[in-house]
Amino acid sequence: MAKIKGAVVVNTERCKGCNLCVVACPSDVLELHPREVNNKGYHYVYMKEPDKCIGCANCGQVCPDGCLTIYKVKI
Amino acid sequence: MELKDIIKPENLVYEKPRLMNENPMHYCPGCSHGVIHKLIAEVIADMGLEDKTIGVSPVGCAVFAYNYIDIDWIEAAHGRAPAVATAAKRLNPDRMVFTYQGDGDLAAIGTAETIHAANRGENIVIVFVNNAIYGMTGGQMAPTTLEGMPTSTTPYGRNIALNGHPLKIGELLAKLEGTCLVTRQSVHTAAAVKKAKRSLRKAFENAMAGKGTSVVEFVSTCSSGWKTTPDKANKWMEENMFPFYPLGDLKNKEEGI
Repeated sequence: MAKIKGAVVVNTERCKGCNLCVVACPSDVLELHPREVNNKGYHYVYMKEPDKCIGCANCGQVCPDGCLTIYKVKI
Repeated sequence: MELKDIIKPENLVYEKPRLMNENPMHYCPGCSHGVIHKLIAEVIADMGLEDKTIGVSPVGCAVFAYNYIDIDWIEAAHGRAPAVATAAKRLNPDRMVFTYQGDGDLAAIGTAETIHAANRGENIVIVFVNNAIYGMTGGQMAPTTLEGMPTSTTPYGRNIALNGHPLKIGELLAKLEGTCLVTRQSVHTAAAVKKAKRSLRKAFENAMAGKGTSVVEFVSTCSSGWKTTPDKANKWMEENMFPFYPLGDLKNKEEGI
C-alpha cells in the first residue's frame, strides 16, 4: 500500500486559534501553540506531529478563516 | 521525507478559495460564517460565475461579507435582502443573485420579504445562517432560539408561554409553491461541509436555470453568543439544534421530496 504523507501550512497571522481544526484532525497532528501568539494575541495552530499527517484536508475544510493550506504526496 | 519536499505546488490539495481576499475576517474565532463564506466562494469559482454573481449582504454579523468575497455586492436594509435581490435578478436575469442572511435578519424583521420572495418564486438563492441567536448585538433571543435556551434577554431560557415557539423557517418556506429547493445543512465537520457544498451548488444551478427560489439553511454556531468555546458549541449544536432542526432536504422538486 502506498504511503501518504501530508503537510499543513498555517497562515499564522490569519489564525484565530479557534481549535476547530485540532478537533477535526483524525491523526492528532495539530495543536494550538502553547506559548507563541500572533500579532492579534491568538495562540495559532501548528503541526505538533508532522509525521502523522495524511493530507486529508479535514482541517482546511472546517477552518473558518481559510488559514490552512494542505499538501499531500504519495511515497 | 522532509516537509519542504511535500510543500510543492503540484502536491496542493486544499487552499483558501481564490475568490476570498486577504482581508482578515472580523468574525469571532470559530464562527460558522467563515466556513459558509468559503463554500460560497468555492461554488462561485467552480461554476465560473465570479463575473456574473451579485450577492446581497444583510444586517447582522455578515454585514461585512462584501469585504471578503471578490464578487459584486449590494448592502440591503435590515431584513430586506430578498426584496433587493428580487430587483437585481429581474433587472439582470442573466446574473446569479443570492442573499446571505442570518436568523435575526431573515426570520424576524425580514419575514415578510422572505416569504413573499419565495412565494413569488424569484430565481434567487437565499442563504440562511441559523444560529438561534442575535450574534452581533450581544446574544439576544431570536425567533429561532430553542425552548429553554438561555440568551441575554431570556437568561432563564426561552419560555414558550411568554416568548412563543421557535420558528421553523425552512419548513415554512418548503410549503410554498415558489420554492424549488429548501435544504438544511451544517458545517461542523468536514463531511458536513462537503455535503453542504453540493447543496449550495445545486441551489446556484437552480437559480441560473430559472427554476424558482432555492433556500439553503445552515444550522450554525455562535460560540460568543452561546458563551462557550467553538468546539463545545459544535457539540451543543449536534445535541440540541439537530433534533429540532433536522438536517437534509426539506423540499427538492427535482427529486420529488
